[in-house]
Amino acid sequence: MTGWRKGLLELRKYPSAVAGMLIIAFLVALSVYTVIAIPYTQALDLWRGGDHWRLHPSNAAPAWVDTITRGGQARTTVVSIADTSMEQELFEGGRQVRIPLEIDYGYRGFPSEMNLFLRARGHDREPFVRMTWVTPDGREIALGGRRIAREDRVSISQNLTLERRLGHVPHIGLLKQPDSGPEPQVLQGRYQLVLEAVIFDDEATIDGDLVLYGQVHGIAGTDHQRRDLLLALLWGTPVALAFGLIAAVGTTITTLVIAAVGVWFGGLVDAVIQRLTEINMILPLLPILVMVGTLYSTSIWLMLGIVVALGIFSAGIKMYRAMLLPIREAAYIEAARAYGASDTRIILRYMIPRILPVLIPTFVTLIPTFVFLEASLAVLGLGDPVLPTWGKVLNDAQAQSALYNEQYYWVISPAILLMLTGLGFAMLGFAMDRVFNPRLRSV
Amino acid sequence: MSTLGQNVEATTKGALVRDLRRLGGFTARRLIALFLTVLVGVYLTILIANMGGRVDDLRLVQIRSEAAEMVRADPAFFDLPSQERNSLIERQVQLEVERLRLDQPFILRSFNYLYQAMILDLGRAEQMHSDSGARDVYSIIVERLPATLLLFGTANLLIFFVSVFAALVLSRRYGSVADRSVIALAPSSAAPAWFYGIFLILFFAFLAPVLPPGGMVQAPPPESRLDYGLSVLRHMIMPVVAMFLSQIFISIYSWRTFFLIHSSEDYVEMARAKGLSPRMIERRYILRPTLSPIITSFLLMLIGLWSGSIILEQVFNWPGLGSLLFQAIGHRDTPVIIGSVVIFAYLLALTVFLLDLLYGVLDPRVRIAQGGGA
Repeated sequence: MTGWRKGLLELRKYPSAVAGMLIIAFLVALSVYTVIAIPYTQALDLWRGGDHWRLHPSNAAPAWVDTITRGGQARTTVVSIADTSMEQELFEGGRQVRIPLEIDYGYRGFPSEMNLFLRARGHDREPFVRMTWVTPDGREIALGGRRIAREDRVSISQNLTLERRLGHVPHIGLLKQPDSGPEPQVLQGRYQLVLEAVIFDDEATIDGDLVLYGQVHGIAGTDHQRRDLLLALLWGTPVALAFGLIAAVGTTITTLVIAAVGVWFGGLVDAVIQRLTEINMILPLLPILVMVGTLYSTSIWLMLGIVVALGIFSAGIKMYRAMLLPIREAAYIEAARAYGASDTRIILRYMIPRILPVLIPTFVTLIPTFVFLEASLAVLGLGDPVLPTWGKVLNDAQAQSALYNEQYYWVISPAILLMLTGLGFAMLGFAMDRVFNPRLRSV
Repeated sequence: MSTLGQNVEATTKGALVRDLRRLGGFTARRLIALFLTVLVGVYLTILIANMGGRVDDLRLVQIRSEAAEMVRADPAFFDLPSQERNSLIERQVQLEVERLRLDQPFILRSFNYLYQAMILDLGRAEQMHSDSGARDVYSIIVERLPATLLLFGTANLLIFFVSVFAALVLSRRYGSVADRSVIALAPSSAAPAWFYGIFLILFFAFLAPVLPPGGMVQAPPPESRLDYGLSVLRHMIMPVVAMFLSQIFISIYSWRTFFLIHSSEDYVEMARAKGLSPRMIERRYILRPTLSPIITSFLLMLIGLWSGSIILEQVFNWPGLGSLLFQAIGHRDTPVIIGSVVIFAYLLALTVFLLDLLYGVLDPRVRIAQGGGA
């Protein structure tokens, strides 16, 4: 065991090993943080989408994209009715409330969408609201009026009459300079959305938010369902690490030992192992997984179980057998036999170490292989339906033609994380190969 | 003198006959074993693809609803009382069930499926059809085969020969700059081909649109043969590059390590001590004993060609066997799924058989009698 400790110390001399270990440490830290910060059930709930995300823009690029490019893209602005000062005017049978929602708009780009969420509590009769848009240069644009239900959403961007009147979609038309021609420019300054509500009940209140959705959002951007991609990128880390690690450890060790046992004992044992392997080789892994995913369930843990089960008698056994067969006939094995070494000893101490050098690169790249296998399944649309993973993000991106729509961030950020995981393990593994492999060092 | 000569001749003849008989016995045993292997593998596939018989229940529901729909929509039956209409539906269902032999228990039918699969009677697809409209599984598979062979053949042969050749060169120049850079680049193979494919599509189809993002030939296909070929070539560039990128460094690395280990064997050292030329050592003392693993991986790679890769073909929208299998699974088209697996199984069994024979020829240290218990 001191050999291993010495080897670990020696690993520090290899820059690639250090880099790999740093990457792995970063990923592990990220997983621990994620699991603590966003508990499992909460992550699943959030990833299901829906009302959690109504204040987020859809298909918004990450904020750093804006920093790299020319800048000045709109961020999401939320103005809440609770923060404004209302003016009330009582009349018989009710009151009229004037709510000026003030927006300081300083971005050079237009928002991606405009919504007004209204909540009216404690009303017997639905209140009536009239909306007026006041631009910094004093123009007043009437946005019409409507009755407000208990939970109401006024999609200003989808107001077709307004669009016809302004000549642009409302979220552009309302914010452009009055005569800026076919290429509209933003008129920066203080805007107002004045809500004039008529309320018929004394105790009743009106509450809500005006949202000017941005073109960019947060570290990771958002997807078509307004979900923050950061959630999936974060939660993808522990899922990928767990899947890769369990699958790699579960399969390689069993495969190698079984191959060596078969070669050493020969005869019936070897024949049985070979037959099992051959049957298993006829069943190709990915199609089986796709079949199970389509016909039975796409639960990630079921997939993991099948990967390990099919991986035990994988095609690797054939390769190991081809390498081990000549070794079985080698003179030093004969010598070991002559001094009376047991079968277990010969297999574990003489035969397996002999082919380990060739196997270490394969073993180490196996972890990322399984990480990518999970991503592959997700890209095929067979990802776990409830769990946010990197592959799932890629799959969504592909289904929504993200590349075609120039939403490169949607593909690039999960891809970078996948690549990082792959490189981290592979770099460490390859360096380990050189350290723990005396035969390689001597040549 | 002459009697001695005759004796020697007789013994060699006897040895030859004995060897041939032993070879024949071995071959027969291997063939039977492989046949059983294919049998079990195919049967397992049939079980999985039919969800252990549950697909039949789904099919029964479908038949019933189709029959009901047909009777309800037919104006000729409008006047019938509902009782008679129901019995009519029942009769229709009964006929269809008997036609598909769904009245037999699944276990019985599964053996029937197995028999048909083993004699390569692949049957007719349930949902899918070939581009020419044919319904039999054979023509559906044959139609997709050339696309897969073309793409994966080009890429894998390229990768195999480049990597073995480069590995031989590098193992001679151990520690050189080229060697170090291959080692440094090897971790890049952690990502599969489709992953590089996505980036290639991003760069060369969208950011700088010089290559088509997917498909096998432009639409509509060019008229002349030359243009058609050129178009296919253009569509092949990105998937081939993606596969090459994802595999080349790790292959070179593994073969290089493999050769290095073998080039430090005692007998190689001895050959060196005898003063043989490096080229001779390489050919006789390194390549010869390492030939069986090389051939193994070459043949297994060839087998891999027939199956294609589901995900790479999906990403590049390549109309090959991989995407066929994916569609078949999506449609729950069991005959197509089983058909592709059966062909794959036969090819694999054939390869394994060839490998067993080749090992004996290539490496005398691996005795062919071993399989039978030495």
